[in-house]
Amino acid sequence: MAKRIDARNLNIYYGKFLAVADVDFTIAPRSVTAFIGPSGCGKSTVLRTINRMHEVIAGATVQGELLLDGEDIYGADVDPVNVRRTIGMVFQRPNPFPTMSIYDNVAAGLKLQSSRMKRSDLDVVVEKSLRAANLWDEVKDRLAKPGAGLSGGQQQRLCIARAIAVEPQVLLMDEPCSALDPISTLAIEDLIQSLKQKYTIVIVTHNMQQAARVSERTAFFNLAGVGKPGQLVEIDETQKIFSNPTEKATEDYISGRFG
Amino acid sequence: MTSLTIPGPLAAAPGSGWRKAKDRIATTVIYGSFLLALVPLVWLLWTVLSRGLHAITSDGWFTGSQRGITYRDGGGGALHAIVGTVEQVALCTVISVPIALLVAIYLVEYGRGPLARATTFMVDILTGIPSIVAALFIYAVFVTSFSGQRAGWLVSLALVMLMIPVVVRTTEEMLRLVPNELREASYALGVPKWKTIVKIVLPTAMSGIMTGIVLGVARVAGETAPLLVLVGYSPNDNSNLFSGPQGSLPGMIKDQFGNLGSTTILRGGHKVSVHYAADRMWGAALTLILLVMALNLLARLIASRSKVSS
Repeated sequence: MAKRIDARNLNIYYGKFLAVADVDFTIAPRSVTAFIGPSGCGKSTVLRTINRMHEVIAGATVQGELLLDGEDIYGADVDPVNVRRTIGMVFQRPNPFPTMSIYDNVAAGLKLQSSRMKRSDLDVVVEKSLRAANLWDEVKDRLAKPGAGLSGGQQQRLCIARAIAVEPQVLLMDEPCSALDPISTLAIEDLIQSLKQKYTIVIVTHNMQQAARVSERTAFFNLAGVGKPGQLVEIDETQKIFSNPTEKATEDYISGRFG
Repeated sequence: MTSLTIPGPLAAAPGSGWRKAKDRIATTVIYGSFLLALVPLVWLLWTVLSRGLHAITSDGWFTGSQRGITYRDGGGGALHAIVGTVEQVALCTVISVPIALLVAIYLVEYGRGPLARATTFMVDILTGIPSIVAALFIYAVFVTSFSGQRAGWLVSLALVMLMIPVVVRTTEEMLRLVPNELREASYALGVPKWKTIVKIVLPTAMSGIMTGIVLGVARVAGETAPLLVLVGYSPNDNSNLFSGPQGSLPGMIKDQFGNLGSTTILRGGHKVSVHYAADRMWGAALTLILLVMALNLLARLIASRSKVSS
């Protein structure tokens, strides 16, 4: 199920502007990796290159290799649509489809991926996904109601259910809790703990306590300077990053001396 | 202990009287403008309704034609005109809407570079084309060059040129209102771009697109120039779009207007002067408004059907 991700010499561009330079990392399957760093350092950009969402923006390009279990997802014959089926994503702001019910939101990926499924099979997947996202008990009596009618935290869990309904092997989360209150945040963090049994999870967060709570490994990104590209300063065990980082810049950031 | 009295932050600051006065002035001006804008609308509706109601509630208005009826005769119906207008506008809509939707989708979802700029420019130009010019163009192509016969379908073609830019414009606006986050959410599920557009973007913008189409229909349903140039008015029933003169509501309004005149009849032993043609003219005008309104309601119904009930 879960797959391993290797980045080799990734250079990420917006048009001619080099946004993130020379990134190398390895992410083990069935683990949680947190990306931390100051705003604008490129951690979301790196995250979006992992499922080829980066190139959705006009002029955005990537150089280097990004391997999913050894297969380069930027290879010439790779279809980005297939990459995104394998690597799901949850966004910063909950974005359920406003025209769809709760049920249809969760089923959207399967329905739109053109696989014809029997209604009974779909029912099973929807329930399983909503249970996995810890939302089933709250919505099981109103599956036909619009997804946009839920609270922010519920909407975000609905989006997670939608992402895992298509059974990806990797789940990317781009600041999934930044728009949520502490209780909803806790619910999502618990969820991440249970999801890592099955998925490789990469989470971008501005909240260092969150990174310390949920992740096994942490990557610290930083800007080399104003107008310079972002870079990966170091990636290591979360415990080491937060107690005894190798780089001075990491320690300064963690201890709140800048950023 | 001495205490200094410091005015609290919520106490009225000097000059706040003027601030409140400004607020009241702005409120008054805005409400006043709103009422002023309502005046012509209400006036127009009232005039058409009060003068046209008599005609459209008379016997045979929705079942008869104007065959053999002059300004000296009462009665007769508008069915020939309703049929003509509905047919011409329907054909025009069937041709325009797919083209306009595809153009709008191209411009919003795919359009980059010179071709998109050229398309936008062309749509701008098309928006400004007077209906008489569109009518003459169709006449020149189909009647003069290909020696075709004047008929209802040529009117539809001229109306297409007027309707496409209206629908492209409104659809473009509506598609741009769809948040990019929804497109990204769909891509991230591994949904191809075309399917994202068809299943996510279009349904999200559907009610706005429907409104745009109705606006387009309303715009062309009352056009008169193409009728005069391309088909000619007939007071008889003719439901064939492809042959012969055909009635239409704007045509009927113009026809009745051209034959205004009063005639004297005996009513209850007194001679009274009646205006049959004028009554029918207002009746046709009211029918046209009702037709567009009915379409508007229909479109809203369809749009609300496509939504999830909350």
